[in-house]
Amino acid sequence: MSQNVKNNSEPFFSLKNLKLLTWPLDSNNPISVQVLGICSALAVTAQLKPALVMAVSVTVVTAFSNLIYSLIRNTIPSRIRIIIQLVIVAMLVILVDQILKAYVYDVSKKLSVFVGLIITNCIIMGRLEAFAAANKPWQSFLDGIGNGIGYGIILLILGFFRELFGSGKLYGYNIIPENFYIHGYENNGFIILPPMALIMIGIIIWIQRGRNRKLIETR
Amino acid sequence: MENLFNLFIRSVFIDNMIFAFFLGMCSYLAVSKTVKTSMGLGLAVTFVLIITVPVNWLIDNFLLKQGALTWLSGQFKDLDLSFLSFIMFIAVIAAMVQLVEMIVEKVSPALYNALGIFLPLIAVNCAILGAALFMQEREYGTISEAAVFALGSGIGWWLAIIALAAIREKLKYSNVPLPLRGLGITFILVGLMAIAFMGFMGIRI
Repeated sequence: MSQNVKNNSEPFFSLKNLKLLTWPLDSNNPISVQVLGICSALAVTAQLKPALVMAVSVTVVTAFSNLIYSLIRNTIPSRIRIIIQLVIVAMLVILVDQILKAYVYDVSKKLSVFVGLIITNCIIMGRLEAFAAANKPWQSFLDGIGNGIGYGIILLILGFFRELFGSGKLYGYNIIPENFYIHGYENNGFIILPPMALIMIGIIIWIQRGRNRKLIETR
Repeated sequence: MENLFNLFIRSVFIDNMIFAFFLGMCSYLAVSKTVKTSMGLGLAVTFVLIITVPVNWLIDNFLLKQGALTWLSGQFKDLDLSFLSFIMFIAVIAAMVQLVEMIVEKVSPALYNALGIFLPLIAVNCAILGAALFMQEREYGTISEAAVFALGSGIGWWLAIIALAAIREKLKYSNVPLPLRGLGITFILVGLMAIAFMGFMGIRI
């Protein structure tokens, strides 16, 4: 009990809590280290705009589902926890969908399929199982935000390169000047295909682990 | 009969869940370290698919579709509940996965430990919800078609994960650059396998 009181009086942004926020950005990145959320990373990164909206919505859903699940974690029997988790996630996804429809209708019309994909995004349930099930609400909330941002970084890197080299645009605007095309430059149509996204994630992992040698798998 | 066999071959090779639709990637990449555990996961995914797709077919055809409730009373013939399909499908899948988790924990604790977090994650394995939604979208006429489609997709997923696991076991003896070892080379490997499988695209049987 005494420890409980002590933990409650801990400042909201103590060093330990900030660490939760920054840890998933690099050395515990959801995509390149934990291998969660790959399907959507392949599906939405052919262009930058859907990648950005997906990153923001996943961050919001992960953070709030972590918070809600962590608040009620002690009252759930472990036998029915999967159904409860999915109900929480589905509820939040429907909320996000409705908000997108209300405020950015043209984007939401393009993205309606991807928003449905958030339900089956493994990051959300992976963090619920691995973190929120055993930690306090505020820490779980920070963990959700950190993981969402870590996921978003990879999505934006992929979206940037795939849109730039695949269709010569960024965020829908033409970037590669017309002159290049006249002199024989061509967009690489191959980079739009999903297999190329897999290979690019492989290269990102290569670079990341080259910098951060602690992550190298020794098997 | 001929038709069912074609459907089976098509869902195993041409419409392969991994290489054609990239569904169920997370557990596919993370659990494929050894052939033994991937056999277990492939079996579990196939099992969940075989049960959930026909059950979801029944739900879709007798509860959700427009006019599906006419077996109850004629006045429901304009009722269309298909906006509920996401949540109904996910509920069926989650219940099934919970059941499989309990069975695996009882029958094979070693496999249970090896699969770890990826066993409950079958519930959010996109391949399973994806199969349910494909079943709804392609409007399979009979429950046996739905079941054969589920069996084919499951076996396709199973074959894919075993192929990757076998390559990864061999890869242990090759000299991969240090930072690329493990996950990195696996991503590149799956990309190359997917490019190879693109050769099946567009074949009609």
